[in-house]
Amino acid sequence: MLSLVLIFIASLFFTGIVIRTKSLASGRKGPGVMQPLYDVVRLFRKGSVYSPTTTVIFQVAPTVYFASVVMAILLLPMGQMPGVLSFDGDFIFFAYILALGKFFNIIAALDTGSSFQGMGASREALFSMFAEPAFFILMGSMALLTGHTSFHDIFAELHLGSTINYALAGLASFVLVMIAMIENSRMPIDDPKTHLELTMVHEVMILDNSGFDLGLITAAGYLKFAMYGTLIVNLFVGSTDPQYAIPLFFAIQALMAVSVGLIESFMARFRMSHNAQFIVALSSVALLIFFGVLLVLNKLV
Amino acid sequence: MNHLTIHNHQTIALEDIPRMAYADFYDLNTGWIKNSEHCHCVNYFGHRTGKDLLLICCVADDATGSIYVSAHPTNGHTPLESMTAVAPCYERFERELHENFGIPMVNHPWLKPVRYPHHRADQTQTMDTYPFYSIDSEELHEVGVGPIHAGIIEPGHFRFICNGEQILHLEIQLGYQHRGIEALMVKNKNLLRRATLAEAIAGDTAIGHTTTFCNVWESLSQWEPTPDVVYARTLALELERMAIHTGDLSAVCTDVAYQLGSSVLGRLRTPIVNFMQEWGGNRLGKGFVRPGQCVFPFTSQLSDRLTTIFTEYERDFNEIMDEIFQLPSALSRFERTGVVSTEDARAIGAVGMVARTCGIARDIRATHPTGLYTTLAHAPIVKHHGDVYARVSLRREEIAQSMAYVREWMNTIPESSLHTEPAQRLQPNAFTLSLTEGWRGEICHCAITDDNGDLATYKIKDPSFHNWMALALAVRNNEISDFPICNKSFNLSYAGHDL
Repeated sequence: MLSLVLIFIASLFFTGIVIRTKSLASGRKGPGVMQPLYDVVRLFRKGSVYSPTTTVIFQVAPTVYFASVVMAILLLPMGQMPGVLSFDGDFIFFAYILALGKFFNIIAALDTGSSFQGMGASREALFSMFAEPAFFILMGSMALLTGHTSFHDIFAELHLGSTINYALAGLASFVLVMIAMIENSRMPIDDPKTHLELTMVHEVMILDNSGFDLGLITAAGYLKFAMYGTLIVNLFVGSTDPQYAIPLFFAIQALMAVSVGLIESFMARFRMSHNAQFIVALSSVALLIFFGVLLVLNKLV
Repeated sequence: MNHLTIHNHQTIALEDIPRMAYADFYDLNTGWIKNSEHCHCVNYFGHRTGKDLLLICCVADDATGSIYVSAHPTNGHTPLESMTAVAPCYERFERELHENFGIPMVNHPWLKPVRYPHHRADQTQTMDTYPFYSIDSEELHEVGVGPIHAGIIEPGHFRFICNGEQILHLEIQLGYQHRGIEALMVKNKNLLRRATLAEAIAGDTAIGHTTTFCNVWESLSQWEPTPDVVYARTLALELERMAIHTGDLSAVCTDVAYQLGSSVLGRLRTPIVNFMQEWGGNRLGKGFVRPGQCVFPFTSQLSDRLTTIFTEYERDFNEIMDEIFQLPSALSRFERTGVVSTEDARAIGAVGMVARTCGIARDIRATHPTGLYTTLAHAPIVKHHGDVYARVSLRREEIAQSMAYVREWMNTIPESSLHTEPAQRLQPNAFTLSLTEGWRGEICHCAITDDNGDLATYKIKDPSFHNWMALALAVRNNEISDFPICNKSFNLSYAGHDL
């Protein structure tokens, strides 16, 4: 329950911090940290416009997408406190409930019949497909290390006792940050700020969504970022007491937001064809974690 | 000698242009293009008097600095053999002639409409029925972009045929910006209105186009521009080049999502355009160039101011450009993206910046110089790879070059002189051609006067008229997601093409 509340709070200003960091880095004052929240509130007050070519799929997809993200968040623990839902194998459920939301977004994009959205949908599908092995190899290694298969048990068992574990946690957070960047369509995979439909990934897929629906998709995006942040927090918090764990939670979330802002300020995004290579390379980093775990467990002959 | 050789903004009598049979006209004009890599067509247009139509073709020779003019009288109904098959640079000119006068061009690849002018020969041709090249394939797909774009750019429709993410073919349909400037130039008798119209040909080349218009006008009215007039115009032309190039570099950074470059270069454009405001009252140089007068003379106070601006500009500009050229993520987007081969550039008659990035040293400032450029010995900067990287680095070096020229010129500021208005009456039955190297490339204006000494035909050619084809060729086999960066690296004018 604690994680749910914390994620909701963190999601309120996560994107605001990213935007503010980018503004400051380019010498501008930038909007307030709460501006993205106001944007969503504004969108929630508006009605949606539907093209006559779309069907009911297009209308339910944003809701399914938002629900899938909330559902995934329910599974996340916070330190010693389990998530709202916790069961063996819940990290597999986590990945596929997110995939379900994404699936609906993709078929909704195809439903519009626009060549732009089809292009975005195919890119998004490809990139998440490549990102999936990285996530499973990472979580699988954690499961192997701890001998448990639910988020709560894995993170509660995860003791950062030795140096090698710190190294593994470092690598794991790198992989998770990058997965978060891919899943949230941030730089260097995608440029959320661009106005150029031909270069977009996520934005072009939701080009036809408007008003309330767009608000839902945007809000789900904010939640997703905080959600991946929470996974990273859990790697380090472990069995720390709540009075330290909660400030640590916000510190790590803020740190992640600032680094996203800095990455987006000081580098150019990848060429589209290099994205696939980059994402597949993440899986090899995850494999490194897997071998590290085997090493720790003395299973490597 | 069966053609007339003239130099840049020289006025000649219309009847001095040799008229010849079409076979000779065809051989002559395709021959130059075929036989010399220094020749390119600067203008090919029709001059209508009653039922007669006079086709005038002007070919510039970069090696000799002259312009070859020849003409063919026709009636508009006789079919003419297309020159495109032998010299592809005539392709768009012939489409334009066909659209405006209904001349049947035989063996032209595809006489598509160019810009749907109001008085086009075939009124059944409309924007909705544009004949796109299309495909009948299950594997390939078409993507249409525009004419309404997400950014604040002008309208134009881009039709891609793609194999997945790879572009196989791009067709660019323009004409949405057509305002009938050429007709308005003739119709409006007021000189100030005409100058204002010239400013509106392409908003980002206000100085370039208005200077060309003034050169045509002054040549036709035999008014010799005084040193301070030439000085102010040339200085402004180079400042315009610097400002637009800086803005384009910023836009290229925006398109690859490099925020630092985008914001720093965006900021650096401001002092230059603000200086134009200080000097001439408008950031984009509107109202700055007027025929027969120097409205805003350059003074030593302005010189001091500009020196300070340049010092600050240069420091920041070099720093950020060094940063960009060392940034792997940016370089990987620029290098080998949107390549135009030298052969293609030559075939389509590319001019200006685009030609210079493909290894063709085509620069009016060097080959057909007038005014301050005659004493300058300008050496055009030439790049050889024809990719986005070449276009970015060319802009960087041209900015430095322009800055050096302006600095040099600021050492000797000519005395301001009082001017009389040029004779409103132009030479009757005369022909003038003027070429100016604007920041995009060569701008060509041609004027023909009637018996009363008033404009009968005014023909404008923006460098974009040639160079749009270069963009269509550049994106082939590139990823469709790289189209925006290719487009921005060219930054061609829609308004200048559509007139």
